[in-house]
Amino acid sequence: MHELSIAMSMIEMATEEAERRGGVQVSAVHLKLGPLSGVVKEALLFSYDVACEGTPLEGSRLVIEDVPVVVYCPECEEERTLDSIQKFSCAVCETPTPQILRGQELEIVALEIEG
Amino acid sequence: MSAQPRLVEVRQNVLKQNDLLARELRRRFQDAGLYVVSLVSSPGAGKTAFLEKMLSSLRERGLRVAALVGDLATDNDAARLARAAVPVKQISTGTVCHLDAQMIERALDEWSLEELDLLFIENVGNLVCPSSYDLGENLRIVLLSTTEGEDKPLKYPTIFNTADVCLITKIDLAEATEFDLTTALASIQQVRPGMKVFQASAKTGEGMDEWLKFLEGKRKSSDECRMMSDELKRE
Repeated sequence: MHELSIAMSMIEMATEEAERRGGVQVSAVHLKLGPLSGVVKEALLFSYDVACEGTPLEGSRLVIEDVPVVVYCPECEEERTLDSIQKFSCAVCETPTPQILRGQELEIVALEIEG
Repeated sequence: MSAQPRLVEVRQNVLKQNDLLARELRRRFQDAGLYVVSLVSSPGAGKTAFLEKMLSSLRERGLRVAALVGDLATDNDAARLARAAVPVKQISTGTVCHLDAQMIERALDEWSLEELDLLFIENVGNLVCPSSYDLGENLRIVLLSTTEGEDKPLKYPTIFNTADVCLITKIDLAEATEFDLTTALASIQQVRPGMKVFQASAKTGEGMDEWLKFLEGKRKSSDECRMMSDELKRE
């Protein structure tokens, strides 16, 4: 389980960002999470609360936005959302494709700050 | 009355530091003419046995090889690999379930990269966590042994997606374990269409030549790319 170290990096990044903005209080961290990031959502949520303790982010929330895996179908020449990460093929014509366009995100997109 | 919380946009990749360091490592490897291969698999899939065999075969072929071995606690793997009479260094990760770029950078401290042709990095046995961390390697191999289930790729699609090549190990045991190769190959192609798959046995040597030939081809073409870009820089 590497979610704890991921949570710690997130808190560090958010703390730095808050300091850059003049020491504002962060009430929530918004994260975009792709299924191919290798990070388990539930484990990250749990780790976040633990990792926040004793930091300036203690008591803050982690808001996770799940993003789907999007691949490129060479046959349809279109972007397609995968139904399942167990099957990398076009949802319309079923052509297999390894071309991943999105779904690997592990990105802090926004901070909610007080005041 | 307290003010409403405001939402401020940030946009930062959480693994940015690791990715930047990995990119720097990749540049260092390239400048030194070093080809770097990492191995990932579940515990017991045969990474160490396979690596041991590769190291001695490549050394016999006149290549300067070395290995970094990630392990939670023991140095048993490093001790085993040292039998191949090549430089081996242990990275003890403690409770950490994966290697990251910083661990690689630290471990390389005392080595002169210019004196090596090929470096292998054996990750901690784990099919989940290593998938998030770029180590700066040129090639990532995921190993799947015939003593595991044929559906492992379906259970761990992310690691198969971050790897470049799949190697089915312990192929000499396939019959005894009733390993269904067709199903295994189909599972791999389902989560990673077009993935190149090799089959080998470190014990009997079966499939080793074909694999090593492929590896040597990859190394050479990467080296040619480097020489071409060096030439372009000089012009």
